[in-house]
Amino acid sequence: MSEQSHNAAASHDDHDHDIASHIKTYLIIFGALLLGTVITVLMYYVDFSSMAVTVGVALFIASIKAFLVAAYFMHLMSEKKLVYSLLVISAIFFTGLMGLTLWGTHDTPKNTLMKTVYVP
Amino acid sequence: MEIPYTYKARPDTGLYNAKVGIWLFLASEIMLFGALFSAYILLRVSAPDGFWPDVALAWPRGLLNIPIGTFNTAVLITSSVTVVLAWAALKMNNFARFRWLMVVTVICAFAFLGIKSFEYNDKFSHYVVRLKDGKAVTGHLEVNGKHPGFWNFADQWSLGRLEAEKVEHIEIAVDPARDIHGHVKHVEGASHDHAKQKIATADIAFLGSYTPATHPFFAVYFLITALHGLHVLGGALVLAYFAFPGAKMWKTNPEQFTNRIEVGGLFWHFVDLVWIFLFPVVYLL
Repeated sequence: MSEQSHNAAASHDDHDHDIASHIKTYLIIFGALLLGTVITVLMYYVDFSSMAVTVGVALFIASIKAFLVAAYFMHLMSEKKLVYSLLVISAIFFTGLMGLTLWGTHDTPKNTLMKTVYVP
Repeated sequence: MEIPYTYKARPDTGLYNAKVGIWLFLASEIMLFGALFSAYILLRVSAPDGFWPDVALAWPRGLLNIPIGTFNTAVLITSSVTVVLAWAALKMNNFARFRWLMVVTVICAFAFLGIKSFEYNDKFSHYVVRLKDGKAVTGHLEVNGKHPGFWNFADQWSLGRLEAEKVEHIEIAVDPARDIHGHVKHVEGASHDHAKQKIATADIAFLGSYTPATHPFFAVYFLITALHGLHVLGGALVLAYFAFPGAKMWKTNPEQFTNRIEVGGLFWHFVDLVWIFLFPVVYLL
């Protein structure tokens, strides 16, 4: 009995220690996210002379930040299989949606939007 | 009858009910925001080259206030870390710390919305005026000595309304000129004050505020940020409920309560995640 309660106490300490190390991780991620935000804004003032590169850099930094939030704050680093299965479906459809969008950008009618509204 | 797996994990999936529920919901939210982002991409890519407002439909790059947007990003990131720390505080049995972290989260949420409405107000009172000689001017409008404001939608001006109300001229506090990146141009000797310019109604070809009817950019900007803002508001209300009236569950069923905070936090992180993409896309690109 006494051994049992001792074990319970020990595991409680382990658990607290575990959470304490999580908190440290959260604070590091917090710092990384703020740093990422500053870098994103600084990149805006860099002239890459190519819109594709500008967009690529901005989305690359945003993706890293999104990964940090999803992996650590949302605990996706160590989630159960069912959650991953759900997200794989979303990822497939999301990729499809963006793929179709990018495909469609080769075929957008230029300079037609709202022209009648106010071009004298 | 007791509902199974409200806080205990189901043995086969390892998840409690709400965890599956929130992830299903977030999976659908990814598609909702994804669709709007794809609309943004199409509009952005099909915009003609050049400088807005000189070219009527060019993309108005750098139009939004970047320092304010950056600050708001930091506010939302802070609230995201406080909500996960609040959950960790419950895991460590520290209810007092949980509560103040939740209070900070909710304060951040409302600070975000307050700052956003300040930005919205600026857009509603900001106008682009195209003259019949082809020139374009942007700035804050003044009609009969009054500035049209955010909360009074009826007070928006158009050329038709100016003519109907027989307003002979308007005054506009002209914005500083911008270069292709949207940076303010520093012209030698030029004043950086918002110089007031008087424009006769008869010279105007088009007049519109920075609202959806004026440019597709404003349409997509207001649609996505307002939908995101509603998510912030909804999340803030739920988290405020958990921090105060809903917190009595901590005494009766602490495990389920901790799970509720985790699930509420997951939604909150998602809202933060959307903003992480939204900020560079609408403010910087």
